[in-house]
Amino acid sequence: MGSTYVLKRLAIMVPIFFLVVTLVFFMIRFAPGGPFSSEKSVSPAILKNLEAKYHMDEPLLSQYVRYWKDLFRGDLGPSFKHANRSVNEIIEEALPISLELGLLSLTWAVLIGVSAGGLAALKPNTVYDYVPMAFSILGICLPTFVVGPVLVLVFGLWLQWLPVAGWETWQDRVLPSLTLGFAYAAYISRLTRGGLIEIRGQEFIRTARAKGLTEKEILIKHSLRGGLLPVVSYLGPALAGIITGALVTETIFNIPGLGRFFIESAVNRDYTVVMGTSLLYFTLIFVCNFLVDIVYAVLDPRVKYV
Amino acid sequence: MSNSLWTDALHRLKKNKLALLGASFLILELMIFFLIPVLARLGYEAQDLELTFAAPSPVHWFGTDSLGRDLFSRVIFGGRISLTVGLLASLVSALVGVVYGSLSGFLGGKIDNSMMRIVDVLYALPFIFLVIILMVYFGRNFILLFVALGLTQWLTMARIVRGQVLSLRHKEFIEAANSLGLRQRDIVLKHLIPNTLGPVIVYLTLTVPSVILEEAFLSYLGLGIQAPLASWGTLIKEGVDVMDLAPWTLFFPAFFLSATLFSLNFLGDGLRDALDPKGARD
Amino acid sequence: MNPLLSIQDYKAHFYTRRGIVKAVNGITYDVHPGQTLAIVGESGSGKSVSQLSYLGLLPSPPLKITGGQVLFEGNDLLKMGEDQLRKIRGDKISMIFQEPMTSLNPYLKIGSQMIEPLVIHRKKSKKEAWKLATQALERVGLSRPDQAMESYPHEFSGGMRQRVMIAMALTTEPKLLIADEPTTALDVTVQAQILELLKSIQKENEMAMILITHDLGVVAGAADEVVVMYAGRVFETGSVDDIFYRSQHPYTRALLRSTPRLDQLEKELPVIPGSPPDLIAVTEGCPFYDRCSYQKEICKAEFPRESSSGANHKRFCHVEKIS
Repeated sequence: MGSTYVLKRLAIMVPIFFLVVTLVFFMIRFAPGGPFSSEKSVSPAILKNLEAKYHMDEPLLSQYVRYWKDLFRGDLGPSFKHANRSVNEIIEEALPISLELGLLSLTWAVLIGVSAGGLAALKPNTVYDYVPMAFSILGICLPTFVVGPVLVLVFGLWLQWLPVAGWETWQDRVLPSLTLGFAYAAYISRLTRGGLIEIRGQEFIRTARAKGLTEKEILIKHSLRGGLLPVVSYLGPALAGIITGALVTETIFNIPGLGRFFIESAVNRDYTVVMGTSLLYFTLIFVCNFLVDIVYAVLDPRVKYV
Repeated sequence: MSNSLWTDALHRLKKNKLALLGASFLILELMIFFLIPVLARLGYEAQDLELTFAAPSPVHWFGTDSLGRDLFSRVIFGGRISLTVGLLASLVSALVGVVYGSLSGFLGGKIDNSMMRIVDVLYALPFIFLVIILMVYFGRNFILLFVALGLTQWLTMARIVRGQVLSLRHKEFIEAANSLGLRQRDIVLKHLIPNTLGPVIVYLTLTVPSVILEEAFLSYLGLGIQAPLASWGTLIKEGVDVMDLAPWTLFFPAFFLSATLFSLNFLGDGLRDALDPKGARD
Repeated sequence: MNPLLSIQDYKAHFYTRRGIVKAVNGITYDVHPGQTLAIVGESGSGKSVSQLSYLGLLPSPPLKITGGQVLFEGNDLLKMGEDQLRKIRGDKISMIFQEPMTSLNPYLKIGSQMIEPLVIHRKKSKKEAWKLATQALERVGLSRPDQAMESYPHEFSGGMRQRVMIAMALTTEPKLLIADEPTTALDVTVQAQILELLKSIQKENEMAMILITHDLGVVAGAADEVVVMYAGRVFETGSVDDIFYRSQHPYTRALLRSTPRLDQLEKELPVIPGSPPDLIAVTEGCPFYDRCSYQKEICKAEFPRESSSGANHKRFCHVEKIS
């Protein structure tokens, strides 16, 4: 029943994943200035690591297979720039931090977005509608790297209510996650409002009213499920956006997360870190989109049979 | 022929206050930035180390930055870069999108299906990563930046154009034209393209702010426009670094970037509503 | 016998930017317990609005109830607050709608939707309500009611969905069922089945039914009494026989003539010339004036008062006798 849907989605993703990994392999191998190129502008210590890891004397095919094997073990290879660190080590330290930031931001986005949108839908064309929607335009148009510094300026430097950098105390987490979540809260609030209003116009809401349900019961039991579907679909792209936005947010707030390392590695041309992290991100996004699809199918019973 | 469609749309657009506001701002901005170089007479490079972090004054309208450079000039020059990159990259993306979408829609059938499948898959990937990877591998040259940025936005354009082509292919006037013996080439040039032009313009207007935003994002992170050139993204980064000392260095470029984004979005939304008579607004 | 529902000079208007739409413009009729009253009229005649409006099912604004009384079991519904109305809706007065496809919530199971009236109005537990609802599904002819309760609306055909809606409306054994074009969206064969079902349930429960329709065939088969509506007004009321065989109203007659009949194969189907009036521009006179073949000067100026054509047969027309 639902399993054909699941299988179909998987069938698309597996070959893509395959393609991506192959691409990554070749890109590492052919990185300009890397050990495989003629320039060899890598330090000797690193060159030693790489040779040991990749068995460069072996034919290309076995190197490729070896890469896959390493991947399954979760080993992403040594860093190009830091002689005694592997990509894995870097990721292990930084990933949990980024995950926490990402989840917090997503939580803010959903909580604020759904509440604001829900309120606006409940009382359309009143102040409860216009004000949140005006804010949402701000959130959609203003980039994270503008919102972040402004929040820091106002709440960190002028009012001195919250700290401006670091990731130690719980207060540290407030501004960064709000900054990152704000744009998505804005979008989600619009989606929620639109979705609920559209559902409200549907005939089955009239049926519910004719049966004697209160407006609150109608909202919770009948409107939410259908009305929130656009929000659920949006969670996939939202997550991708949050991952991207984290790059800037971690930089602004000096958070030792994976995003900041990624940027540093990009600037420093640490190819293995860049490619390894990208691979991780892509996988994460694929998996999350997949999960979102499943959640959507659960919520909308009509989808299962497609 | 299609004249009434445009005049109708223009009329509707004129009624949309937000769109008009956006358009006026943009026109003003373009005039100041590109046509009045004398305003930037202080130059974006000239340093005055005696006068670093000066607040706005009659000489330096926006104040100065950490090296005593006139911020007003820097904002103008930065604007030129941001806007130019934005426009050019959008044109690249529009070109790719239009070609891909028209091909897909025109060819139809299985080819169309697979082409759109590819688009669906690519949609989920955050392109910024690809752009960054490209930058890392191939260095930061200007042309590459255009191309890379352009490649991040073509998907939506492709979808829109394909949709248009598909719906137009089956419309009666195409069949009528066919029955009159017009060649394929004429049909495409004289009928398909003018009718597709509308949505293309709308989405082009909406693509530009996205590209400007991405370029600013990259420049902020140090991966986009390189010194000595500076786009708004670079300026904002510089502003953030010293915002406790000189908040105006953050404020002015941020304001211009945001205002430009707003204006483009309002204009684009307005165009979209104006060209779609059925327009379902929320 | 006292009427179950008594509508007296009821007026309901829509206040729109273009003007005031007088959708219901002074209608009067009664419904008695156990009786089936059919409200017949073209689209735009106000037949649906007349029922939806006094139950609080239309958004107001723009709707405004501007006059009259709607007495249900002696109490004026128009004077009731939303809370009181809500207690009656789904309990004593139930309603089924035209489009079974869209009238059921596609995201919820049938069972989940069916138990609501019982839980809300009769304070049954979910389990009890589930059992009763399953029985109701059986009553309306669904072969595997247990399975049906666990299914979703899109798994059913149009006819079955309408049966579900009927079952859902009847769990609380309402005194009055309002059916708004219940068979219009269905196949002809299914139509007959649904009407049969409604009739048998009515007999069992002594339930009154208001059947809103534009289809005279449905009226002939299912109704006891008929109300003929046009442009927000009532033109004629009476028994089915009165309306079909003894009508003395130009509109009703024209309507009957323009209905295709298998036993009268004429050369051309007589159509009523013109089209129904814009409800914003209605005057104080008879709204059918422009299209009527029996026009009199007075018809333009004032709406006719009630006159009698027989026992319980009432008509509103200035013209004395129609040949």
